[in-house]
Amino acid sequence: MANSTMESGVDPRARIQSQVEQSLRRRHAREKRFRRFGLTAVMLGLAFVAVLFVSIFSRGLPAFWQSTLTLDVRFDPAVLDMGPPPQQKPEESPRDFQQRLNAWNFQLTMASWNTILEDALIAEKPALEEHRRQLRKLFTSGAKYRLRDMVAENPSLIGQSREVTLLADAEVDVWIRGNIDRSLPDARLQLSPEVRRIADELHEDGLLNVTFSTTLFTNSDSRSSPASAGLAGAFMGSLFMMLVVIVLAVPVGVASAIYLEEFAPKNKLVDLIEVNINNLAAVPSIVFGLLGASIFINWFRLPLSAPLVGGLVLSLMTLPTVIITTRSALKAVPPSIRQAALALGASRVQTVFQQVLPLAIPGILTGAIIGVAQALGETAPLLLIGMNAFVANIPTTPFEQSTALPVQIYLWQGNEMRNFFEARTSAAIIVLLLMMISLNAFAIWLRKKFERRW
Amino acid sequence: MKMVDPEVMVQRKDDRQSQSPASQTVKISARDVKIYYGDTQAIKGIDLDIMENEVISFIGPSGCGKSTFLRALNRMNDTIEGSRLEGTVTLDGEDIYDPSLDVVLLRAKVGMVFQKPNPFPKSIYDNIAYGPRLHGLAKRKYDLDEIVETSLRKAGLWDEVKDRLDKPGTGLSGGQQQRLCIARAIAVSPEVILMDEPCSALDPIATAKIEELIDELTESYTIVIVTHSMQQAARVSHRTAYFHLGELVEVNDTETVFTKPENELTEAYITGRFG
Repeated sequence: MANSTMESGVDPRARIQSQVEQSLRRRHAREKRFRRFGLTAVMLGLAFVAVLFVSIFSRGLPAFWQSTLTLDVRFDPAVLDMGPPPQQKPEESPRDFQQRLNAWNFQLTMASWNTILEDALIAEKPALEEHRRQLRKLFTSGAKYRLRDMVAENPSLIGQSREVTLLADAEVDVWIRGNIDRSLPDARLQLSPEVRRIADELHEDGLLNVTFSTTLFTNSDSRSSPASAGLAGAFMGSLFMMLVVIVLAVPVGVASAIYLEEFAPKNKLVDLIEVNINNLAAVPSIVFGLLGASIFINWFRLPLSAPLVGGLVLSLMTLPTVIITTRSALKAVPPSIRQAALALGASRVQTVFQQVLPLAIPGILTGAIIGVAQALGETAPLLLIGMNAFVANIPTTPFEQSTALPVQIYLWQGNEMRNFFEARTSAAIIVLLLMMISLNAFAIWLRKKFERRW
Repeated sequence: MKMVDPEVMVQRKDDRQSQSPASQTVKISARDVKIYYGDTQAIKGIDLDIMENEVISFIGPSGCGKSTFLRALNRMNDTIEGSRLEGTVTLDGEDIYDPSLDVVLLRAKVGMVFQKPNPFPKSIYDNIAYGPRLHGLAKRKYDLDEIVETSLRKAGLWDEVKDRLDKPGTGLSGGQQQRLCIARAIAVSPEVILMDEPCSALDPIATAKIEELIDELTESYTIVIVTHSMQQAARVSHRTAYFHLGELVEVNDTETVFTKPENELTEAYITGRFG
């Protein structure tokens, strides 16, 4: 070695120097390349998210505005043919009174509400009299029930007039807002040329307007009256499931994680449990749906389509996530803290609950909330326990039939009235995303609140 | 305090130097102690008596088992999976490995200070108050305040922190943190304090303070200290025990160990031939 360098006459130090410089250039280049690669990846991800948000919001926001008809509705006693509601007579049994009340309500439902609606329009535009039969197609079928409910609530309305804002039919909405190609031949349009013309005229006269509407939030899903289909039922279903998951998966998951991490002896059985928890986290969610269907519904006979069952299935699905994140939060607490507490004479339980757990709380909460958010967005297992059924009621308990937000999105995006439900689908996605974002924001807030340095 | 056989006392006195403040009562006694981690034997049969109110330091090369033996004295090894102990260790004549003995009680009597300062991420006050609260030592807030103040005073930290007792203990400097940990150990009024290289993470000034503190504490506590610094062992301890590969090679008055070691291994270590 020494000989050869002496012969070539090159100072070995200079040679090493140049070698180092060369390799340094390579290293810097590699570093730059890697940074650029990482930055590109992040930018690409952000771009996709931006595209997603822009497309969802631009499609979904219009769903909060809907075509409505604002009319002076006269509850004409001659048309309704209704007497005043029955009063309890002193000699009458409650049962008899209830029967008469039911009869009155039935009569109210069967009253010719369409005529009332038609009259209201004709009162504004007498020229429409000759198209009377077409006018009812302008209103969504929920409009008449809206009027009926008004009277049922306040029977003194009979014989009076009220200004009422009523939703227009979904097809009319599509036509007015240009969500359909107006140049299509008649055969391919849902509305007859007559109704289209009337709708356009009413729109010009300012009777038929596109106004902000909250029915999306206050109504449940509807098939007969698509224009008034709303998210309230699905939202409540999701909320109940979330509660079930929080009440079940979080305590059970955290407790098992604490046991496994802090108390369990290290043996083959515990190893097996650990491996299987990790495996469970990787099980496709639809399998949990099948499990739920066979155990909770077939075995325990719990009601089909109930948020309780959905919550149970989602709890099973979320448990591994909660356990794994809780364990890593506990692992992150330095062992010196445990030793300090133990050396002062704290028992294992005291050490864990007084010193270790408070430090792990931020991590545990983050894990739990991420688990809950994951459960909230899950669709597949819910399809197998009947939560994709059409439910027209807003559930008030977790035992009532219900659907869920992601399932509602799935149902609406498959609805045959594409040009009306496209906006509704995106609006449902917006609501779901907002729920997720607020959950995550809550998680971040909690973490900041409980975070302590050590 | 227990009565000690006068004959033994005389014998001990012969062994020890007269300036040692330590009493002649045996506080902790280990007989034929063997410690295993799984299949490996870390301690190979140690006999050692630790006197009341003495400072004894354990020295020896890394991995010689001095920390392991120290941790056996308050059963901190129990927390390590797969460790087991043979032989007997007694505290005031009571077997501390007796299954009927409550380990909580033992650890209240035998406190410990660790290598790295490990205050809880809580206020200075809560750090000290944790032990007394755990054992229900203070019935009223006033009593607890007093315990906190006395402990901090004994640890020489009171003047530095009295105005910020509600501030996090983790905000103190390394040396202060270690004195906080000592104060925390003192707060439960232990009889013995085990120190596992308490100064290895500290600068020389903080180290000097801890050493001063050890000097003061020896009046009321028995102190067992593991150290890598032979100067420290020489400065603070009455007796020094030299460990080598899981065996106790030599234990004697500190001066004797450092000036006329009886064993070749000890001599080799203190003269820096290995370590």
